[in-house]
Amino acid sequence: MLADLLEPAAKRVLALLPVLLGVSLLVFGLTAVGLGDPVRAMLGQRADPELVEQLRRDYALDRPVPARYLAWMSRLVRGDLGTSYLQQRPVTEIIAERLPATVRLAVGATVISVLLGMGAGVIAALRPGRFLDQLLMSVAVLGISTPVFWLGMMLSLLFAVWLGWLPVSGYGDGAWANLVLPALTLAAVHTGTIARMTRSSLLEVVRQEYIQSARAKGLAEWRVVVKHALRNALIPVVTVIGIGLADLLVGAPLTETVFAWPGIGRMLVAAVGQRDLPLVMGAVLVFAVIYVMANLLVDLAYLVIDPRIRRDR
Amino acid sequence: MTASASTLARPRREGFAGTGGHRRGRLIVGATLVGLFAASALLAPWLAPYDPAAVPAALSDTMLRPPEIAHPLGTDALGRDLLSRVLYGGRVSLALGLGVEVVIAALGVAIGLLAGYYGGWRDSLLMRVTDVVMAFPSLILAIGLIAVFEQPGLDKVALVLVALGWTTIARVVRGEVLSLKERDYVQAARALGVGHTTVLLRHLLPNAVGPIIVAATIGVGGNMIAEAGLSFLGLGAQAPTISWGSMLAEGQTFLVSAPWVAFFPGAALLTAVLGINLLGDALRDLLDPRFKSQ
Repeated sequence: MLADLLEPAAKRVLALLPVLLGVSLLVFGLTAVGLGDPVRAMLGQRADPELVEQLRRDYALDRPVPARYLAWMSRLVRGDLGTSYLQQRPVTEIIAERLPATVRLAVGATVISVLLGMGAGVIAALRPGRFLDQLLMSVAVLGISTPVFWLGMMLSLLFAVWLGWLPVSGYGDGAWANLVLPALTLAAVHTGTIARMTRSSLLEVVRQEYIQSARAKGLAEWRVVVKHALRNALIPVVTVIGIGLADLLVGAPLTETVFAWPGIGRMLVAAVGQRDLPLVMGAVLVFAVIYVMANLLVDLAYLVIDPRIRRDR
Repeated sequence: MTASASTLARPRREGFAGTGGHRRGRLIVGATLVGLFAASALLAPWLAPYDPAAVPAALSDTMLRPPEIAHPLGTDALGRDLLSRVLYGGRVSLALGLGVEVVIAALGVAIGLLAGYYGGWRDSLLMRVTDVVMAFPSLILAIGLIAVFEQPGLDKVALVLVALGWTTIARVVRGEVLSLKERDYVQAARALGVGHTTVLLRHLLPNAVGPIIVAATIGVGGNMIAEAGLSFLGLGAQAPTISWGSMLAEGQTFLVSAPWVAFFPGAALLTAVLGINLLGDALRDLLDPRFKSQ
């Protein structure tokens, strides 16, 4: 079984290399085509010319673009993302400080959206076309269409300001209560997508013959759905959970801004405002790598869930 | 037997009995919402009771007024009429969402047709480039790209959304073309001496129109949400341009004392995007045979 998995898994990992190379080119391109001089942006217009020269050499800005890319890459593979213009600290250090908060938020939102989304999808699929199905699916479309930052404000208005049940915003030194509203907000879009995918995928599977025979055996309906159909309906759902990570990462800067959450999303927004390019590049790169890796995990999860995929490729 | 009549009878209902009515419902609700949104945006100069930018002289009496007869949606921190601002904000949202999507569709269709039809290195290049663009969560890359410009603004938002948005439609069109180009009717047209351009535009493109319309419809909503998000973060529309996103950012400041300032622009955005998504869903059922059963 393990040997079976190894080859296709290795293929998928190898297929990532060109993508990661492209990602690095694109992120590097952010600075290469960057309008304005980063050294000037860092030191101001009246900087000491000698210092400007020094920094240009340090950042290899006096060399042609391909050479700069190679220099940047060689530092990158050693885990050096450069130094923040504004904070004068290594970018990796700043990101390492901020990452845990974003991961906490994303994990919280994933758990909420998988539980609510799959639950709603299964319930809707039990009685397709009926009132509960229509209601749940309407809520799902509503969730998908809601701007996360507005939803965040409204939730905080309702649960924090008016009802006083939860903190309005902030990290609260990692208190659970502070996580609830941001995670719920971030989960909204994703929950709707998972609910819809679970439902339609279940309905697809339910038509298959083995489900008919499970019914004919006299199994209870929920047993048919949960034990027989849901397992096979999981593959598209796993995809959506993976793709949904994009929703979560995309929502992070907005949600973190609304709730003053100290993650890399809010840091990225601040860095853009301050034109702190090394920090912007570092954050964009980290987001992209997390996303690519998540997609790889989804691919690998398929290999485990569905033996057919192993044979096909 | 517990699996009695109701369970055994279900498979027939499951051919999606509800769908006919359900789909028509979504189409009607979606089209109505989109129609209302488009009409209010187009007619904003005639519908708006006040000049959306007018700051009244007696500011202390007029700022942050809750909804009342004179100002049905209340006023903002500068005493400006929110209804008028929401109406004008809709113009910006619609113009940007639709305008960007038209460019995206044209670009995506052209690239998708060429890559799918000619194959070879063009196709490999397209797939690699889309792989890379799709490797980024789009708003993150958009935020990063905005950093490249000296000053943020709606024009930069439009540019960035086009640069990142064409990949979806290009892939859809490429997929359609790949599956169609080996068909007999296409081969027959080629054998009859019909030129590549004609085959592409007359024989292949029309068959891909359904999925393109669906993707573009949903894309308009996506653009509107992205614009509002970027403007909310201060990276999009700058004053005096009125955008729902920047209105929301102002609204957050007064969330506790004057929640209506944030509520209405967001509710307008939600309603418009909801309408677009419902319409897109209904169109998908109508136009895209692959999704008929869902």
